[in-house]
Amino acid sequence: MGSGPTSWIGARRGAPLPLLGLGLLVGAAALLPAIYLLVLVLDDVGGAISTIATGRTAGLALQTLALTVAVSATATAIGVPLAWLTARTDLPGRRLWATLTTLPLVIPSYIGAYLLVSALGPFGLLRDLLGVERLPSIYGFVGAWLALSLFTYPLVLLSVRAALMRLDPQLEDAARSMGRSRRGTFISVVLPQLGPAVATGALLVALYVVSDFGAVSIMRFDSLTREIYVTYQSSFDRSSAASLGLLLVAFTLALLAGQSWVRGSLRYHRAGPGAARPAPTVPLGRWRTPALAFCSAVTLAALILPLGVLIYWASKGIGTDSLATGDLLQNGSNSLLAASGAAVAAAVLAVVVAVLAVRFRGPMTLALERISFAGYALPGVVVALSLVFFGIRVAPSLYQTLALLVFALTIHYLPLAVGSVGSSLLQVPPRIEEAARGLGRGPLEVFRTITTPLVAGGIWAGMALVFLHALKELPATLLLAPIGFETLATDIWRQTTRGFFEAGAVPTILLLAVAAPPLYVLAGRGTPPSS
Amino acid sequence: MSALRRRSKRSHDLVEKSRSVSIRELSKSFAAVAAIDSIDLDLEAGEIVTLLGPSGCGKTTTLRMLAGLELPDAGTIAVGGETLNGPSTFVPPEKRRIGMIFQDYALFPHLDVGANVGYALGRRPDPVRIEQVLDLVGLSSHRNRSVHQLSGGEQQRVALARALAPGPGLILLDEPFSNLDAALRERLRGEVRTILSTAGVTTIFVTHDQEEALSIADRVVVMRAGRIEQIGTPEEVYLRPASLWTASFLGEVDVLAGTARDGAVACELGSVPAATAATGEVDVVIRPESVAIGVSGPSDGRNAVKAEIDRRTFYGHDQMLHLRLPSGQTVRSRRLSFPAWHPGDRVLAWIEGPANVLPRSRASEAR
Repeated sequence: MGSGPTSWIGARRGAPLPLLGLGLLVGAAALLPAIYLLVLVLDDVGGAISTIATGRTAGLALQTLALTVAVSATATAIGVPLAWLTARTDLPGRRLWATLTTLPLVIPSYIGAYLLVSALGPFGLLRDLLGVERLPSIYGFVGAWLALSLFTYPLVLLSVRAALMRLDPQLEDAARSMGRSRRGTFISVVLPQLGPAVATGALLVALYVVSDFGAVSIMRFDSLTREIYVTYQSSFDRSSAASLGLLLVAFTLALLAGQSWVRGSLRYHRAGPGAARPAPTVPLGRWRTPALAFCSAVTLAALILPLGVLIYWASKGIGTDSLATGDLLQNGSNSLLAASGAAVAAAVLAVVVAVLAVRFRGPMTLALERISFAGYALPGVVVALSLVFFGIRVAPSLYQTLALLVFALTIHYLPLAVGSVGSSLLQVPPRIEEAARGLGRGPLEVFRTITTPLVAGGIWAGMALVFLHALKELPATLLLAPIGFETLATDIWRQTTRGFFEAGAVPTILLLAVAAPPLYVLAGRGTPPSS
Repeated sequence: MSALRRRSKRSHDLVEKSRSVSIRELSKSFAAVAAIDSIDLDLEAGEIVTLLGPSGCGKTTTLRMLAGLELPDAGTIAVGGETLNGPSTFVPPEKRRIGMIFQDYALFPHLDVGANVGYALGRRPDPVRIEQVLDLVGLSSHRNRSVHQLSGGEQQRVALARALAPGPGLILLDEPFSNLDAALRERLRGEVRTILSTAGVTTIFVTHDQEEALSIADRVVVMRAGRIEQIGTPEEVYLRPASLWTASFLGEVDVLAGTARDGAVACELGSVPAATAATGEVDVVIRPESVAIGVSGPSDGRNAVKAEIDRRTFYGHDQMLHLRLPSGQTVRSRRLSFPAWHPGDRVLAWIEGPANVLPRSRASEAR
């Protein structure tokens, strides 16, 4: 009775060999950075141990951990109330607030950090405007914490709001009919159901913080990512950098394990698909003013002020020498080149992986799907580090080429494309392909005339996601780009770290403008873009 | 000239030529569990046959192997004399010219009604042909509609038109009515039966619904656990089931112990003609509608036994009465809802028509 793995191929067993061969290549590519990282560490185990087992490394790990916990907690404290206010209350202008408070997500952490530093740091906007000589220093933990919290809380907001929308309002009605007050119902029925969503959001934030390089490097905060970069830059010392990379991977793996544990428990909490009727809104009453003030404050700090600062620097920068239009265009086209190359490559690889995993489900193809997600476990700086040494030692012809950079971006963001293509392929019932076979069309023609049009949306969304992420990517581009190859992201970062705030503004505006079209594509599909 | 003639012939004949089917020793297992255990089946050209059985009996697997969507472990399949599956033969699905209709219809969501039908006709579909098959299913006015705009019944008919379009000579239907509500199902069954007869196409129909199988088919193939339990006309399998399992799968039955001799069988409800030849100790398999009751006995003077009504369930068009016989055994009787009977009524009961007999089973010996 079971429907076997038989769609385009008819009744043959297993996947066609050419496709399987391609799949193996994709798997090998996806595993390359992880494996080579291990090779680097095992090459000099003594050195690795002496790097990791030091007080300094322990301090770095603790600092990274402290920042992760602080940012996750802050993001939760901002995101959960916002989610509830914009999903379930009679907050005036609820829809507008929902959009405004989500928007900061599209600002990459290094741009957020740049705008904070350029506003509050020495030689910054505040000093210019107020003429204040001495401000408490923004650099270090406080700056990193502020920059990351302000631009990652929407991850919690989106996760919790989605959960609130999914909740079955009948459960709340039932609790009310059993004599619970509105507040009691919220505490005893709603909150417990939101737990997994809050945890999912907070873990996403934590993963972001652990992997972040841009904000911490601009804020000169010694986290693991920054230390890896500095170690590599200052000494080309591969074994210390690689062993720090391995430590960082241990962090991300722990967080990913937490995520999959939460996802497993989420199932018990999810109500039926889609509530039959919209949930009732809670009247805010005298809490309306504080609620509005809260939303305004968040929007001001995370969106209006940063944009204001950006416009200030841009207006100061335009017309001065600091803006070299030629460079700007060159960097912009470099960004486009690298990002679109990665987007196309990732989409092609994702189609191979998704077709194998969805249509030829078996132990081998499932393993391939898992492996293609390896990019998630390795932060960008680690992927880049591993591939830099791979280039130097194994493939010198690739070292310092655009191809290696595009390769790194492709496998780093491959999971985004696989997820998107895979889920849209899952929505195409194999029956439809079988029907087309029965109507006299061969396997490749069925794929072309039936499957491709039906998953086109998923492929476009996957490409848009990869493009967006590759466009903003910083550490891999810094480490892997050919000499003299600057992108908008690396340009912004260099200008900021050198204190040339005016020079960073226009590339930032250009970067946000280039990111807008793919964001629009994704917003139309209702896929929240995570930055 | 000859191309023109061929094309005009093609657009006038709905079916190129209905094809016979011959299945020999077909077997298939999934993960070491036998789904199909060496079945043989023959269909004449133009026949409508249903594969009937509970879920998991292997009927859908059989259909999918015919369509080339599943690979048999052993056995041969020939359609219209052409071997499709054999020891060293496998014709891929697109080369089989077999129309298949899926449970959820599998219409292409990105194509409109006309394009869905046209897809079956190759890269340059003949518009006349599309018109013709849509006309056959009564949807010629819906040609440019999106498939999302169609009702369940209309989608079903598009699937039928699409399957019939290339003139396949053999159509397979996998539980085609199970997604429809009861009233629509009833109506569509009739319509589909008419369309298939008009097209004169050989049809294999998979269902787990007894009523559907009996009402639509020329012959019914009853399947159980990967084997064929019985093949026969709807009347044969219902009235003369070859096993107690088939009897109770096709409808409600009660079993009485009896003795058969010289074409008659005697049991607690009297002596009646036996539907099949048997001698000695047998099981008498009785359907509730053949148990008659009355205040007086049957008019032809046959013997009747005293019984008491134990329980009654009212169904609207009929009523089910549980009768307690003098031995203590219960037998059900289905009667029209008038006259109404009540628990406690004392009546006479007898069997109408011949009774089906089966060799005595262990279960009834234990009784």
